[in-house]
Amino acid sequence: MKLPIYLDYHATTPVDPRVLEAMLPYFTEVFGNAASRNHAFGWAAEEAVETARKQVADLIGANAKEIIFTSGATESNNLAIKGVAEMYREKGNHIITCVTEHKAVIDTCKKLEKQGYRVTYLPVQKDGRISLDELRAAITDKTILISIMTANNEIGVIQPIAEIGAIAKEKGILFHTDAVQATGKIPFDVNALKVDLVSLSAHKMYGPKGVGALYVRRRNPRVLLAEQTNGGGHERGMRSGTLNVTGIVGLGKAAEIAKAEMATESERLRAMRDRLNAALHKSLDEIFINGSMEHRLPHNLNISFAYVEGESLLMGINDVAVSSGSACTSASLEPSYVLKALGAGDDLAHSSIRFGLGRWTTDEELDYVIDKLTTVVRRLREMSPLYEMVKDGVDLSTMQWVTH
Amino acid sequence: MAYSDKVIDHYENPRNVGSLPKDDDTVGTGLVGAPECGDVMKLQVKVNPETGVIDDAKFKTFGCGSAIASSSLATEWLKGKTVEEALAIKNTDIVEELALPPVKIHCSVLAEDAIKAAIADYKAKQGKGEPALAGAPKA
Repeated sequence: MKLPIYLDYHATTPVDPRVLEAMLPYFTEVFGNAASRNHAFGWAAEEAVETARKQVADLIGANAKEIIFTSGATESNNLAIKGVAEMYREKGNHIITCVTEHKAVIDTCKKLEKQGYRVTYLPVQKDGRISLDELRAAITDKTILISIMTANNEIGVIQPIAEIGAIAKEKGILFHTDAVQATGKIPFDVNALKVDLVSLSAHKMYGPKGVGALYVRRRNPRVLLAEQTNGGGHERGMRSGTLNVTGIVGLGKAAEIAKAEMATESERLRAMRDRLNAALHKSLDEIFINGSMEHRLPHNLNISFAYVEGESLLMGINDVAVSSGSACTSASLEPSYVLKALGAGDDLAHSSIRFGLGRWTTDEELDYVIDKLTTVVRRLREMSPLYEMVKDGVDLSTMQWVTH
Repeated sequence: MAYSDKVIDHYENPRNVGSLPKDDDTVGTGLVGAPECGDVMKLQVKVNPETGVIDDAKFKTFGCGSAIASSSLATEWLKGKTVEEALAIKNTDIVEELALPPVKIHCSVLAEDAIKAAIADYKAKQGKGEPALAGAPKA
């Protein structure tokens, strides 16, 4: 077993060797510009791009013509939200999203607010999902877009996308979903879910960084976007810029592999994730899962280890790559806004660890992580004044803390 | 974030972890910070009332590696100092010794606060000062 162990597959994934192999010829031999219409170099590049477009479309049950290639999901989210806001400005100025969205969605919405749009940020329930009643109540005759992520990047919680899609369709509102963490991991079909715009990224599913896609529905309804990058009118005029052919080939191949192996891979990871969860619960008291276990990505686990601070925990397991919702891991000194939104309390947000299992996670690695984590949590609890107080019967919520 | 070797050493081999009997009149207890801020320090000193010298110091900390190191270092420095000498310890001394980066300076501030709170508690028990506010249950 090689150290360090990578359990941060929600942050990024290594490129699958099969993906790399598919990409390599397009750096050197087949290097044409896919927009060169009058010679063989361009045709070969275009053919590769169209194959990838079909592979991506197949992964999400779409038509190839509905796939727009971008530089990644952040750009896809920006294009979807700003593109709809600008294009449908005369129809309305209201957008509905959610407090646990990725910053690429939240900050895009904040920018639009400064330009005169109205945005409703729906809260989430304790399980991390939005309430459909609250969604319905937030809709006005000015609502032009609902943007709710499929699965959360921190807690892996899956939103009720099909139900939201049905509401959006019934009200004639466009529905965008940031599906970065979900595509290639769980079944996803644009028609079954009734979504109109979908953001996805290659590097979250064993493809290269710097390439992603936006699904833009062409029928029922035909979605129009105002282009946000001006230039040569590539990608049906929605996203100008010479196509990143190697990256797109990688995204296509990654999508093809993900579709073929999703069923077996997700079951394998779910079993491993459940074993990790069970083992931690067996050896440690006072640990809490953040968000719904029922509606969760199979490869995600987000746990708070009460009375132990996240960064000190990461320091103790420094040969295991995971993320913490603790403030100390970021410059902001604010704990994860996603965990805060669940209402579990800031102290538990500071004590959280996100595990993301992936294609190359082994049982041996998990055994190591379980052992190490148990040892470190116990050691830090011996050192924790909070754990001592709780064991002495003190109710921490009645304490008067001296803060700065 | 890269930690200094001294922070790592205190994290891996913390000095003086534990608790002293808090009802003992010669023991002063300081409890500072808050769980929702991500750090809580409990620092205790046992003082010889005859000489005013700190015979023993213990800590328990909920916090990041730098917070643990700051409180561990503080207990190391406290032992053998008089109460008055202890009050002269500044957070900047801790920052310098542990090479804490700017985002971790609050850990050293908390350690200084913990020292002052522990000594204030000791003095209050000896009838020599105002009672410490830290760690009191809500009225």
